[in-house]
Amino acid sequence: MTGRTLTRRLTEGLVPAVPYLWLGVLFLVPFLIVLKISLSDPAVAQPPYRPVFEWGDIAGFFGGLDLENFELLTQDDLYLTATLSSVRIAAVSTLLLLLVGFPVAYGMARAPERYRSLLVALVILPFWTSFLIRIYAWVAILKPEGFLTQALMGLGLISEPIEILNTETAVYIGIVYAYLPFMVLPLYATLEKMDDTLLEAALDLGSPPWRSFWTITVPLAMPGIVAGSLLCFIPAVGEFVIPDLLGGSETLMIGRQLWSEFFSNRDWPLASSVAILLLIVLVVPIVIYRDVEARRVETRP
Amino acid sequence: MTRRLSLFNVTALVLGFAFLYLPILLLVVYSFNASRLVTVWGGFSTQWYGALFRNQALMEAAWVTLRIALLSASLATVLGTLAALALTRYGRFPGRTLFTGMVYAPMVMPEVITGLSLLLFFVAIDLDRGFWTITLAHTTLTLCFVTVVVQSRLMTFDRSLEEAAMDLGAPPLRTFFSVTLPLIAPSIVAGFLLAFTLSLDDLVIASFNTGPGATTLPIRIYSQVRLGLSPEVNAASTILIGIVTLGVVSATLLSKRSVLRSRRNAH
Repeated sequence: MTGRTLTRRLTEGLVPAVPYLWLGVLFLVPFLIVLKISLSDPAVAQPPYRPVFEWGDIAGFFGGLDLENFELLTQDDLYLTATLSSVRIAAVSTLLLLLVGFPVAYGMARAPERYRSLLVALVILPFWTSFLIRIYAWVAILKPEGFLTQALMGLGLISEPIEILNTETAVYIGIVYAYLPFMVLPLYATLEKMDDTLLEAALDLGSPPWRSFWTITVPLAMPGIVAGSLLCFIPAVGEFVIPDLLGGSETLMIGRQLWSEFFSNRDWPLASSVAILLLIVLVVPIVIYRDVEARRVETRP
Repeated sequence: MTRRLSLFNVTALVLGFAFLYLPILLLVVYSFNASRLVTVWGGFSTQWYGALFRNQALMEAAWVTLRIALLSASLATVLGTLAALALTRYGRFPGRTLFTGMVYAPMVMPEVITGLSLLLFFVAIDLDRGFWTITLAHTTLTLCFVTVVVQSRLMTFDRSLEEAAMDLGAPPLRTFFSVTLPLIAPSIVAGFLLAFTLSLDDLVIASFNTGPGATTLPIRIYSQVRLGLSPEVNAASTILIGIVTLGVVSATLLSKRSVLRSRRNAH
């Protein structure tokens, strides 16, 4: 009997402990290291930063920390501009995603039941296909002699190739395209559960459809709108691949800035400070998202 | 009551799905283009597939990517299943809030941060960058997705089966392997496939954590794309899309079958 309770206690302890430890070591600790290195000085060495932590030298640890990198971030307009422009691009994209995603999710929720799981699968399928490849596909469409120009010229709508690639417009198109499944699926999940009799009642009582939409459908879909928007906004702020492949040199985004500090300038401490800056911008939306998600999973029947 | 599809709904669906699929379709069609110019049709040809298989660098990258994806997805499936069990079956254990946070945060964390922080960690512990660092990084990211997939299945299934097994004297491990595991198997498979494709697909985290001899396919494709469009990349993409489509379709059929089976058992 004691043997059995011992194995039971052992397995009970191990089940949470193993993934806990893994995430602690490979997610939490790396995070603290970023914070630490963001406070240290760059050095021409391998690795290219001066360590600020030596075991047994606690006094030196606190003495070696400084906010120099962060001062640099505030002094150089580049980082502030890049941060603001990332937030702006992500916010506009999220709005566009809502405008594109809502009608699609609504259509899916109204489709006959036997087609719905197929439609859901069709929305998910592109998300499984390589992100890089899907963005790459847009390069061929948007470039000056690409498919879009060919199609529009063929229709006689334009006579000159249009310049979309390497502009902010291309970045919006890329983000909306890549993140559409993230917006549609949470919206669909709430819209599908919606009780249609509410809309009928409103109609019977003489409410015009647009008013029913704003006073009934939108409030009921709010959990989906919030989840979908956060799910798109958060990663879009730190996006690297899309602005890099579709945006021009004037498209400033913080993820791209971090990448170039790290790979081109090899300034690891500055790259770490940029990461912390990005995190500070995202901490509120991430916390809200975590709460929304945890509540959604835990209240499910 | 039956729902009506209005003209507006149909138009939204058609346009929405055209937007999602047209770019991929163009890519696939133009991988069979005879012309070297990626956007000008020059007749049907499979020459780029031949060129692809003769491209040593790309094939090597594909092999590395496949090994990393298989290994990291397997690790992530085990860890993610454990995490899902911890979250659904262990009630309030110490540090649960931190644990939930660590499960949800990596999924929305910008990849540049995850990539950079893991790299700095590997440098700090003096681990040589390469195959293993990418594998560890991918495992960490993808285990969170496995957790969510398995967790949602654990939430919906009938606890009384487990309780019955325990009441009849089955020890917890035995209960897990003969009752719980078969019931959640489809979600574990789905989680594995999700982890696998995420790893196959990742550019940013792999770029930060790569080292000599560990150039993955996305890294290779990215560096080629930066130089310009190439029909070989189209061919490689088409093969990847084919593999993923096959995987997703079989996973969908698998989970559908298990739903049908559990429905049959319920009657």
